[in-house]
Amino acid sequence: MHCREYSERAVKAEYHQTIRAGVLLALAALIGTFVLSAAEHHSAPYIEANQRQALLDNLSMVVPSDGFDNDILGDVLELSDPELLGMPTATRIYRARQQGHIRYIAFEIIAPDGYSGQIRLLMGVRADGATSGVRVLSHRETPGLGDAIEARRSNWILGFDGKSLFNPGANGWAVRKDGGEFDQFTGATITPRAVVKAVHNGLLFVERHRSELFADGETTSKG
Amino acid sequence: MAETSIGSILKDGLWTNNQGLVALLGLCPLLAVTSTAINGLGLGLATMATLMLTNLIVASIRHWIKSEVRIPLYVVIIACVVTAIELLMNAHLHKMYLVLGIFLPLIVTNCAVIGRAEAFASKHHPLHSLFDGVGMGLGFLMVLVLLGSIRELVGYGTLFRGADILFGPAAAVLTINVFSDYKGFLMAILPPGAFVGLAVLIAIKNKIESVKLSRAVKSRYVIAQNLT
Repeated sequence: MHCREYSERAVKAEYHQTIRAGVLLALAALIGTFVLSAAEHHSAPYIEANQRQALLDNLSMVVPSDGFDNDILGDVLELSDPELLGMPTATRIYRARQQGHIRYIAFEIIAPDGYSGQIRLLMGVRADGATSGVRVLSHRETPGLGDAIEARRSNWILGFDGKSLFNPGANGWAVRKDGGEFDQFTGATITPRAVVKAVHNGLLFVERHRSELFADGETTSKG
Repeated sequence: MAETSIGSILKDGLWTNNQGLVALLGLCPLLAVTSTAINGLGLGLATMATLMLTNLIVASIRHWIKSEVRIPLYVVIIACVVTAIELLMNAHLHKMYLVLGIFLPLIVTNCAVIGRAEAFASKHHPLHSLFDGVGMGLGFLMVLVLLGSIRELVGYGTLFRGADILFGPAAAVLTINVFSDYKGFLMAILPPGAFVGLAVLIAIKNKIESVKLSRAVKSRYVIAQNLT
C-alpha cells in the first residue's frame, strides 16, 4: 500500500516535470516568434528597398539609363517560353519607354548548361533587335576561370553589346573553338559556350514574340 | 577553464581552446567563406555577434532551463538570434548579405555556438558568458581573417579586396595590390586551398605550443640542476 502510494507520487512528479518542460519550450518558442516578427517588421521595408535598388542597378547595366523616361520596374509584361528562356514559369519583362514608345526591353534568362549548374543572366534588347547589354546575375562557375563572365572580372560580357541575330549570323553565335565569333577563356570553354547559347536563345525569344513584346499600347506603368 | 577570470576566459577563446584551430568546430563556414580576408571578417563578425548574444541569453536563463529540454531550447534561442541577425544584415548590410549567402543562416549549424552554450554559458554568470562569447568569437574571427588573407594573397595577390562591400564605397582604398601583375594561383581560392591553409595554421599553432612546452621543461630542468 505504502509502496504503491510512493510510486504513484513518483509518476505524478514525473508527469509534472514533463508538463513544465513542455511549457518552458512553448514559452521560449512564443518569445522567439515575438522577437522575430519584430525584427521582420523592422527590416521588411529596408529589404524591399534594397531588392528594388539592386534590380534597378542591374537593369541600368543592360539598358542605358538615359534611354527611357518611365518607371521601368512598374512596367512589366509576363511571358512564358521555357524552351528558349530556360525557365518553367513566366518571365518578367521590363519595358523601357520613351514618350510611351518601348525603346528597350530587359529580361532574365537562364543558361542551364554552365560548368556547375545554372547561370542566371539579365539581358537588354533594343527595339531594333540588337542586344543593349548582358550581365550575369548569379553563377557557380570556377573562380579564376569561368567567372570571367562577370563584368567586374573581365570585359568579355561586353562583347554582346550591339550583337543581333543577323550580326553575326546563326553560325557566328558560338565560341571560336566551335567556329563562332566569341572568345572562350583559357581553361574554360563550357562556361562561355553556355552563355553565348543563352544570349542567342534570348534574341530568338524576342524575335518569336516581337509583336507582344514591343506592343506600345497597354501601359501598365502606375509608378 | 577552472578559474573564470575574464582574462583567462579571453585567452581560452583566442588561443588555448580556439574554436577554429583547437576545437575544430564550425569547419564548414570556416573553409567555405574564407576565399578573401573581407569575406572571413564579415562571417566572423556575424558569428561573434551570435555567440555573444546566445551566450548571454543562455546564461541569463540558466536557472530556469530544464536539463531534459536544454538542447531544443538552445536550438530555439540560436535559431532566433541568427534569423534576427540575418534579417538585419539583409536590411542594413545588403551587399555583405549577398556575399555571405547561405553561410549566414548556416551559423545555426555552427557547432561552436551550441557548444559554448552547453559547455560554458549554461554554467556561468551572464557577464562571464558574454566575455566567453567575445573571446571565442574573436578567436574564430581571427582564424577566418587569417585564413582568408593567406588564401587571398596566394590566390589573387591582393589583400582586403572587396572592403567596400563591408564598409561602404569609401573603404575601396583599403584594397592592397601586394604583387602587381600577379597571374593568380587558382588552387588557393578553391576548396583544397582552404584545407591546406587551415592545416598550415594548425601546424604553426602546434609548433608554437610545443616550443613553449619544451622551453618550460628545460627551464625547470635547469632550476632542478642548480638546486642539487
